[in-house]
Amino acid sequence: MKTMLSAFAVAILIAFAAQYTFDALPFSSAERQSAENVRLD
Amino acid sequence: MIRALLLLFTLAFAVPAAAQDSDFVPAGTQTVEDIMARQRALADGDESVRAVRDRQGGPDEAVADGIGLTADGTMGQTNDWSDPGIWRGVRYDDLDMRSQIRGPAATTLIQTGGMEWLERRAGPLRVWGGGLLFFTLVALGIFFLLRGRIRIDGPRTGRTLVRFRVYERFAHWLLAGSFLALAVTGLLVLFGRIAIIPIFGHEVWGPVAIVTKWVHNNISWAFMLALVMVFVLWVLQNIPDRSDWQWLKRAGGIFGGGHVPAKKFNAGQKAIFWAVIILGASLSVSGLSLLFPFEMPLFASTFTHLNDWGIGGLFGGLPTDLAPQEEMQLSQLWHGIVAFVMIAIIFAHIYLGSIGMEGAYDAMGKGRVEEQWAREHHSIWADKVMAERDDPRRKQTGSPDANPTPAE
Repeated sequence: MKTMLSAFAVAILIAFAAQYTFDALPFSSAERQSAENVRLD
Repeated sequence: MIRALLLLFTLAFAVPAAAQDSDFVPAGTQTVEDIMARQRALADGDESVRAVRDRQGGPDEAVADGIGLTADGTMGQTNDWSDPGIWRGVRYDDLDMRSQIRGPAATTLIQTGGMEWLERRAGPLRVWGGGLLFFTLVALGIFFLLRGRIRIDGPRTGRTLVRFRVYERFAHWLLAGSFLALAVTGLLVLFGRIAIIPIFGHEVWGPVAIVTKWVHNNISWAFMLALVMVFVLWVLQNIPDRSDWQWLKRAGGIFGGGHVPAKKFNAGQKAIFWAVIILGASLSVSGLSLLFPFEMPLFASTFTHLNDWGIGGLFGGLPTDLAPQEEMQLSQLWHGIVAFVMIAIIFAHIYLGSIGMEGAYDAMGKGRVEEQWAREHHSIWADKVMAERDDPRRKQTGSPDANPTPAE
């Protein structure tokens, strides 16, 4: 039971780590895809 | 005076509102049914429906088509182009147009395949996927009623054998816990709008949808990590061998009684292992494609290979020129289909690992199993572990498997 609960807790920790990691990364699909050749005429 | 003003005020808004018919459709406007009918005709090889596209052009052509006329018979016209002509050009990518937004999806402004995706997602995916899960549960219920719980036949010895070590159970529960979270949230993504909103309303579905999306996106990393761990830990013990054929020929002893010799994992467990690895990997790849939109197109290249191998021909040739949106739509459909199959398989796995078989849960719950259970269900493995345990030379080394432990 302890092993199972530990694994569940680690899954939640990984989820939060993923959330903050991807927020902190200097990478964004949307920004990358719109960064070049923007014409505003 | 005030009453008169109020009346005037009310009429000022009410009369124009009443004059508007919410169901008003300008003459010649295409409906979703029109578009879908044309898509079906094109899929059946009827090129005549392209005539509408080929007649794009100025106002005269649009009038000839009868498309785009407004209620009073005039057209929405821009310079020498009719609006319908422009939009047909946009739709069929016939215009020399430029977009201020760059990126793989920016220049596809109209993508009618999206309607097909929407219909498949709301129709067959929900119906067949939900049906698969429902009938799997019904089949397991019937099996339980007919066969009952698989009991330990022989007398319990009071001794246990180490079945799975802590790190193995951790990997299993990390995979199991993350998969259950993904399954529940994935089903909510697909069925939430039609299951939650009618009962609890939009106010409830809103926050549920936000949490669902967060959990599904972020727990996925735990699932992928656990999938790799499980693969590394158990792949060698799940390579098929001759004993599996004997096990399969007797269906594992489920029908007709008796126990079939098996190693640490029997053929049924190996089948589940490989199903989880292969389907889990496919779910991970299609999931990554959905997590990073337009960054990981999967299907055009896959379809090219399938066509080259002749497999695509079985489906009349698979399309290899896909819009970025179509790649995403196919990823979503594939993700859903594979997920449904895997959930159904996991239903059976959970059943056999819990209520379906006495003593089975201890393997993952405690890591140790009753010696008699091991002899009955994994006799080749049990004989080997007990021989090592009883080996006097091994006893001196103090191996953790050497000391018989009373069953809890």
